[in-house]
Amino acid sequence: MNDNNTSPPLNYLTNGHTVKSWLLTVDHKRIGVLYLIAMTCFFLVGATAATLFRLELATHNANVLANDTYNRLFTMHGIIMVFFFLIPAVPGVLGNFLVPLMIGAKDVAFPRLNLASWYIYMLGGLFTLAAIIGGGIDTGWTFYTPYSSVYADSHVILAGTGVFITGFSSILTGLNFIVTIHKMRAPGLTWMRLPLFIWAQYSTAIINVLGTPVLAITLLLVLAERVLGFGIFDPQKGGDPVLYQHMFWFYSHPAVYIMILPGFGVVSEVLACFSRKRIYGYEFVAFSSLAIAAIGFFVWGHHMFTSSQSPYAGLIFSILTYLVGIPTAIKIFNWTATLYKGSVELSAPMLYTLGFIGLFLVGGLTGLFLATKALNVHLHDTYFVVAHFHYVMVGGMMMAWLAGLHFWWPKMFGKLYNEFWARVGAVIIFFGFNFTFFPQFIAGYMGMPRRYHVYDIEYQPFQMLSTAGAFFMGIGLIICLVTLVSSIFTGRPSGKNPWKATGLEWNYASSPPDTHNFTVPVKVDVEAYDYTDERIYQDA
Amino acid sequence: MSHAAATTDHEHKPYQQHHFESMEQQTQSTLLGIWLFMAQEILFFGGLFTAYTVYRILYPQAWAMGAGTQNVFLGMVNTIVLIGSSLSIVLAVHSARHNDKKGILKWFALTLLLGLVFFGVKAVEYGTKWEHQLVPGLNWDDHHALHTIQEHAPKGVEVTELPKGIQLYYSLYFVMTGMHALHMIIGFGLAIWIMIKAARGRFNAEYYPHVEYFGLYWHFVDIVWIFLFPLLYLV
Repeated sequence: MNDNNTSPPLNYLTNGHTVKSWLLTVDHKRIGVLYLIAMTCFFLVGATAATLFRLELATHNANVLANDTYNRLFTMHGIIMVFFFLIPAVPGVLGNFLVPLMIGAKDVAFPRLNLASWYIYMLGGLFTLAAIIGGGIDTGWTFYTPYSSVYADSHVILAGTGVFITGFSSILTGLNFIVTIHKMRAPGLTWMRLPLFIWAQYSTAIINVLGTPVLAITLLLVLAERVLGFGIFDPQKGGDPVLYQHMFWFYSHPAVYIMILPGFGVVSEVLACFSRKRIYGYEFVAFSSLAIAAIGFFVWGHHMFTSSQSPYAGLIFSILTYLVGIPTAIKIFNWTATLYKGSVELSAPMLYTLGFIGLFLVGGLTGLFLATKALNVHLHDTYFVVAHFHYVMVGGMMMAWLAGLHFWWPKMFGKLYNEFWARVGAVIIFFGFNFTFFPQFIAGYMGMPRRYHVYDIEYQPFQMLSTAGAFFMGIGLIICLVTLVSSIFTGRPSGKNPWKATGLEWNYASSPPDTHNFTVPVKVDVEAYDYTDERIYQDA
Repeated sequence: MSHAAATTDHEHKPYQQHHFESMEQQTQSTLLGIWLFMAQEILFFGGLFTAYTVYRILYPQAWAMGAGTQNVFLGMVNTIVLIGSSLSIVLAVHSARHNDKKGILKWFALTLLLGLVFFGVKAVEYGTKWEHQLVPGLNWDDHHALHTIQEHAPKGVEVTELPKGIQLYYSLYFVMTGMHALHMIIGFGLAIWIMIKAARGRFNAEYYPHVEYFGLYWHFVDIVWIFLFPLLYLV
């Protein structure tokens, strides 16, 4: 829009260079970048832990790690990845950056609360890091009682406090998004014109607000038991450890949807853009997010088929779990239908997105295997479960996250990354991922239990493949990281709308956006993803 | 700055934050935010009420006998004190609506005072439990606990041994009332902050959201107690 001769106008990145201007910012875009930096660091910590225990697992006997170290490493991997990467990644980074931009608002409803959320996240992270530096925690990320509350000889208190604190960051971000989406949409932007990314963030926010407090109080009870000796879950005092499992999974199963729903939102945006088509069955995709959020609250018991939970309750949980497969399948069908007769462009974000659809499909379908009570008894706590949730978490969520990061990278930093290397990274990650986790389905089906660091030699080929695959995935991730970061310094300017996408963020805001997002009044008179609209901004 | 174009069509009102388009949008957003906060509070306490329900069904005797050792009179006093503080905070909101700064300060002070009375009574109750060695984990003593329960048992009921799950009753008693007390302490901090704002004349008949929303929060904390009192004292 501006002549290159005049000095460029200030954008959100150049408007203030001091450390203070970043740490005290209330600009949702800068807060998004703060999350991006912090989260990448946490991701690297979690990935390092995975590298170490993957090396150990390459052979059937113990030759890299002692068993106690192994326990602490997989716990640390789980806690860091779940609570400090997967749950806050898309809402914290892309949600913060994009929700106001996509709905035509100047900021989220409560900007200062938004900054506070980041500090709460960091405080929780510091507690958890302190637990790691102090020697780690060996309970598994699930903190099952009475091991965590009575017997574990590791830093349960520090890590539990960290997770407790960071939960409030999720709650407050969720609260902020719900209010922002309800009250701050631009004129003409009705609910049925919202980008599906917004629907996904909205559904996620509901689970965050209603689910996370239950985890908070549950962890508080565990801490009260460990610190003060109160006995809510202690069988010696009449307490029931299975009650802990109920309360834990009441949050932690919906938490799976907290992780994956924002990824669904990303996929819808990228898919529509690179198929040049409106998402097939927009309304169904939008409401299926809400349906997943709602049904997702009533399936937690499928984690406990082999506990003392009543078999009749188990039956109902099993049926409800099948039920949640319906809205999820609707999404998958509608996404593939969107591709049909679209003009598909295999750009890097699209490669990640197509990878997502395939891998998430495998993850979702194996979830139905596990929801089958009889089969679950055989597969419970085996590598089959590990493979299943990594197909959902990594194959699904992480692929969607990388798709989104690439897709909106030019918007966030105003630079184009090297498309060739980005595609190379995407392909290597896809194959590396499959080599890592597919063998685990087979090992698990054959009966290899999870969380063992010394195992029967017949499983060694599968574990060997896994370790080799993880190595490839690591290379892919490094290529991806280097490609993105180097683009900030060497990338060509992206212009306002490099993908010629629909959406307010591409057509009204510059790249990177102005501090106050929009310099012209925003008004919406079309549906989302109208790729026939001639007014889509085209860069010269 | 170059945003004049976007903002010329509405003049800025003194209380409106820049990222809102209108005062009405700001008010509605804040109100929705407060209600969502309440929703998460309900789920937070909901976890405790779930644990309570499960164990009360498992161990009805422990609950009956544990509740028997509570001082219903003190609990009743505290209930009345808290309902009184709810009334005084309503009167503070009323004063704010009528631009009465002194009224706001007066009724907030009374609310704080009643809160302190509540804490005084609670301290006496906690102290008694400590003396009777009824605090699980910290100073629990089976023998002393049995003695206390026998003393409080209704006439004609002979208690020969501690009912199963009795420590769960007291654990939940302390966690539930403790969480409630923590919310009151946070409320104290908020109240003092709002009183300072009020004293500096930050509120008037058109703008007093802090006062109103604190009122909602305080009512919520009271309502939690209204549930805790019968569930822990009167069962």
